[in-house]
Amino acid sequence: MAPIIELQNISRFFGKGDEQVTAVDDISLSIAQGEIVCLVGESGCGKSTTGRIVVDLLKPSVGELRYFGQDIRKMNRQDFKDYRRSVQIIHQDPYASLNPTQTVRQMLTAPLLRHKKASSHTDAERRASELLEIVDLTPVSDFMNKYPHQLSGGQRQRVSVARALTVEPKFIVADEAVSMVDVSIRVSLLNMLSRLKSEFDVTFLFITHDLALAKYFSWEGGRITVMYLGRIVEEGPTSRVITDPRHPYTQALLAAVPEADPELVQKKRHMELRSAEIPSLLALPNGCTFHPRCPYFVPGECDTSAPKLERIPEGGSVACPIRKFESIELIAA
Amino acid sequence: MTVNTQINWQHGTARNAEIPLTLRNVYINYHTRKGNVQAVRGVNLDLYSGESLALIGESGSGKTTLGLGIVRLLADTASVEPGEIIYRRDGVEVDVLGLKSGPLREFRWRDCAMVFQSALNAFNPVLKIWDQVWDTAKAHNWNDRRAVRTRFLDLLRFVQLDPERVIDAYPHELSGGMRQRTLLASALLLDPQILILDEPTTALDILTQRTVIDLLRKLKEEQHFTMIFISHDLAIAAELADRVATMYAGQVVELGPVRNIFYAPRHPYTLGLIRAVPTVTGGFEALSSIPGSPPDLINLPSGCKFHPRCPYATQRCEQEEPGLIKVADKHEAACWHTDSVKADIATNGLRLKKVS
Repeated sequence: MAPIIELQNISRFFGKGDEQVTAVDDISLSIAQGEIVCLVGESGCGKSTTGRIVVDLLKPSVGELRYFGQDIRKMNRQDFKDYRRSVQIIHQDPYASLNPTQTVRQMLTAPLLRHKKASSHTDAERRASELLEIVDLTPVSDFMNKYPHQLSGGQRQRVSVARALTVEPKFIVADEAVSMVDVSIRVSLLNMLSRLKSEFDVTFLFITHDLALAKYFSWEGGRITVMYLGRIVEEGPTSRVITDPRHPYTQALLAAVPEADPELVQKKRHMELRSAEIPSLLALPNGCTFHPRCPYFVPGECDTSAPKLERIPEGGSVACPIRKFESIELIAA
Repeated sequence: MTVNTQINWQHGTARNAEIPLTLRNVYINYHTRKGNVQAVRGVNLDLYSGESLALIGESGSGKTTLGLGIVRLLADTASVEPGEIIYRRDGVEVDVLGLKSGPLREFRWRDCAMVFQSALNAFNPVLKIWDQVWDTAKAHNWNDRRAVRTRFLDLLRFVQLDPERVIDAYPHELSGGMRQRTLLASALLLDPQILILDEPTTALDILTQRTVIDLLRKLKEEQHFTMIFISHDLAIAAELADRVATMYAGQVVELGPVRNIFYAPRHPYTLGLIRAVPTVTGGFEALSSIPGSPPDLINLPSGCKFHPRCPYATQRCEQEEPGLIKVADKHEAACWHTDSVKADIATNGLRLKKVS
């Protein structure tokens, strides 16, 4: 079967002339139904832009987005409607993404009725209660009549998820969906999302800057795609990318990430970068965009042509021919 | 990127006190229309010279309020009462809460500097960095323009910035990480005895976070700065702290050396936090979250404030509020069931094993 979502050579520019910024630079990504793909990278790497392109909130400047093999721009009306309904997004900020003048009941019943997922108001009501149960907002009667300001951040995010579920999506883009929630509640939100995958066969594109979250969410059978300044630099099965990163940027990220374990902190390898500053999107470096910071920089090679992603036998692909995909030791024995 | 700068640090000299800061039974309330928000409730702390202490807790635990209380920057709706904050320097004890405008301004920045969470808001957007730093110096009666500029340039170099570029820039011309480091440099301008850092790395990218953490470690290990870190992020404590204080509902519920807190916690909330936070390069661990949500600070639960969320809670916890009791050398926890926490770790391991 064709992948549920496929990005083919997608680029997205913002602005014009000298002010033009390349947010996403020729990326291709294919996600099979039932998969979990985590898109990780630092701010400005293009991960959110990519997520918004997937749900068609943004149109790509170049490239095609395919849903079950069909270019969404060439779909007939009915198929396009089906795509729009089946691919949903959960935004980062639960304080901004819910309408402050609507109760939870209104937020959930309106789309149910609009998309004919419920035959009557009573039916919509019943379905809304079921959805609140799925996202663990129980007892349901406590939440139905609440306005967003009466809910905590974690509860709001659960309402966002319930709202996305009203239209029975097959694919959910979760853009930093748990990043703003306190650590003690984060895990239960993540577990709830994982349950959606197993119980309702939802495919996820999980966008985050937090490697620990990506690791936890996709460890079993998922994949991680690492972006840097608009390009994919490495992708592969989560366990491989986390334990044995092969691109110098991924290696630098994993070496740098602060760890909540004092002994691990001491054992971790230190990786010195050539520059602490991230280049401006307005003036991207030539060749590999990581070269001004990369400790393995080879003049005349890294700064001339942009490296292509190449498959590696251990799983996934890496865009760095210079290092020949060498492993490094992240933790001293 | 090694920097060789000769900066004259004075804080290591004899005028320092062994315990530069003591908090005694500090309560801080915010008065709102809905009632009193009890943000900090009865905190007792001694800060030792040269140590770095991390205040760890989630939003609403009172950690930032406590930090603001120490430098007397609380909003008008807040009051510190009762409580005592004692600062020591040159063998003199200062009652911080009694300081009036002039001496208070002296105390802030020169004695005790705070680096705020949001580095963009901490700067005046219409003034160049240098003008703001020069204003600060003048406000503390340091009027030697050339000396101030030289010292600030050295400090910018110390935080690994290009000094000439940054000093004449406007805040918006700097990236988030650069602003955070510029803020750190300006906090160090007057060579404070104590540095308070509120979420120093939150909202920064991983590679930038690492630069800031390494800098702070340099301040700690090479200059023996006395620092208080305020963070929701356990990793900051693991990376930088000598001692950790876990805060919940306005109280310090556990206080101890960093290794005790991470490997032998005795408060259920600390253990809950550790089990909720994954490591990246460590192995894969199952995670569990703490049920429920943080308490309403206007209507606090009876007894132990954590009991509605606590797996070990008994009737006693609902009725009697525990105080900090010694559980090991230099290690205290406020819980009636520290033995149950210990037993839980002995049976199930500190971090939970993977369930498949």
